[in-house]
Amino acid sequence: MLTKRIIPCLDIKDGRTVKGINFEQIRDAGDPVELAALYAAHGADELVFLDITATVERRKTLSQLVNKIAHKINIPFTVGGGIQTEEDVYLLLQNGADKISINTAAFNNPRIIQSFSKNFGSQCVVLAIDAKCEENGRWYVYLNGGRVKTDKLVEEWAKQAVDLGAGEILLTSMNHDGTKQGFALDITAQLSENLSVPIIASGGGGNQQHFYDVFTKGKADAALAASIFHYKEVSIPDLKNYLHQQQIPVRL
Amino acid sequence: MSTAIIQYNAGNIQSVLYALERLGVDAIVTDEPEQIKSADKVIFPGVGEASTAMQYLQHKNLDTLITALKQPVLGICLGMQLMCTYSEENNTDCMGIFNEQVKQFKPDNISSKVPQMGWNTITHLQSPLFAGVEENSYVYFVHGYYASIGAHTIAQTNYIIEYSCALHRGNFYGVQFHPEKSAKVGEQIIQNFLSL
Repeated sequence: MLTKRIIPCLDIKDGRTVKGINFEQIRDAGDPVELAALYAAHGADELVFLDITATVERRKTLSQLVNKIAHKINIPFTVGGGIQTEEDVYLLLQNGADKISINTAAFNNPRIIQSFSKNFGSQCVVLAIDAKCEENGRWYVYLNGGRVKTDKLVEEWAKQAVDLGAGEILLTSMNHDGTKQGFALDITAQLSENLSVPIIASGGGGNQQHFYDVFTKGKADAALAASIFHYKEVSIPDLKNYLHQQQIPVRL
Repeated sequence: MSTAIIQYNAGNIQSVLYALERLGVDAIVTDEPEQIKSADKVIFPGVGEASTAMQYLQHKNLDTLITALKQPVLGICLGMQLMCTYSEENNTDCMGIFNEQVKQFKPDNISSKVPQMGWNTITHLQSPLFAGVEENSYVYFVHGYYASIGAHTIAQTNYIIEYSCALHRGNFYGVQFHPEKSAKVGEQIIQNFLSL
């Protein structure tokens, strides 16, 4: 049976792992290559690396980091952050990334979803959406790491992206991110039920029960978290054993 | 021992190379006929679309080269599919090494997404390729098309239906999953192939 995936996310800045709380207040959480190898050994099903470095040197440093990671880990991994052109994608895939994640650049120029999926296959194109639920109860797409609001509804953008060739949706709820109060179940389930591609839920995972909820009520295919794994608040083996006991299919 | 990874226009070649490096195996990535023919083991990887990949292989005469190889050959994912007779993906005639047709997954309901992406179990293991690998081990899959079960099946997986996740005929082996991304189990399978 196809299992639900547990995906640790490593936010990378200048080659180090960091994690923001509500997208701010960045703390250092360690060497990404070491962490990646540790997570792979602990049974992580995939890894996501998001580069939040804002320098012009980022492309080179990121591809070097990806190369180091690829030599060390034996599970699939996704890389995102500042990817805009086919050349960017090619460089990362050449250095061993399995998938790339795009966000703001895809929103501003949706045609790149099409060109990336045509040239590299839709299986390697992950569309990341930063979503925020407004007072009217509707979910809107935010850009630039959550700093810029758009008028686009999340379900519309996700559908459009899948039609263009996105192979997976990484949905982060800004309302939940960093709170450790649980994932955004409603919008995750809504996307999962209406789209043909896997949905990775992100933002809010704080304990084992939250993961159970996002796989059952949230109908997510995968769940992503960062700080609870980095700071060892939840261990991946314990989490997977718990989910297994709760009849959720996981890889043990 | 020399290992050649066939270079062509279908993705993830680096991943296979790095997986071999992690096992301490030196491999060359090449589309040179002589280098491929003289290798002790040949790996034919692939992620992508069948008709484009097949056209490229035909253009480079790599299809006839692969079919005529005598040493152990391992096709991975699209590589395995291209070694079958035919793929429904853009009605593509393939190499015909394995006597199976490649069909598209038809989702039975919304809980079955296509492509299958993630970790699933392998069962009915019957080949030295799976020496030391337990029934129901997990490996990593990404695919929207599958080979049915037939005479060349050496392992099965269930996703929407029961299908062949590995095929074997003579010196040719194919796996639908990605051993290069399947943690310890994948490493064992690659080691087994290299020990054939």
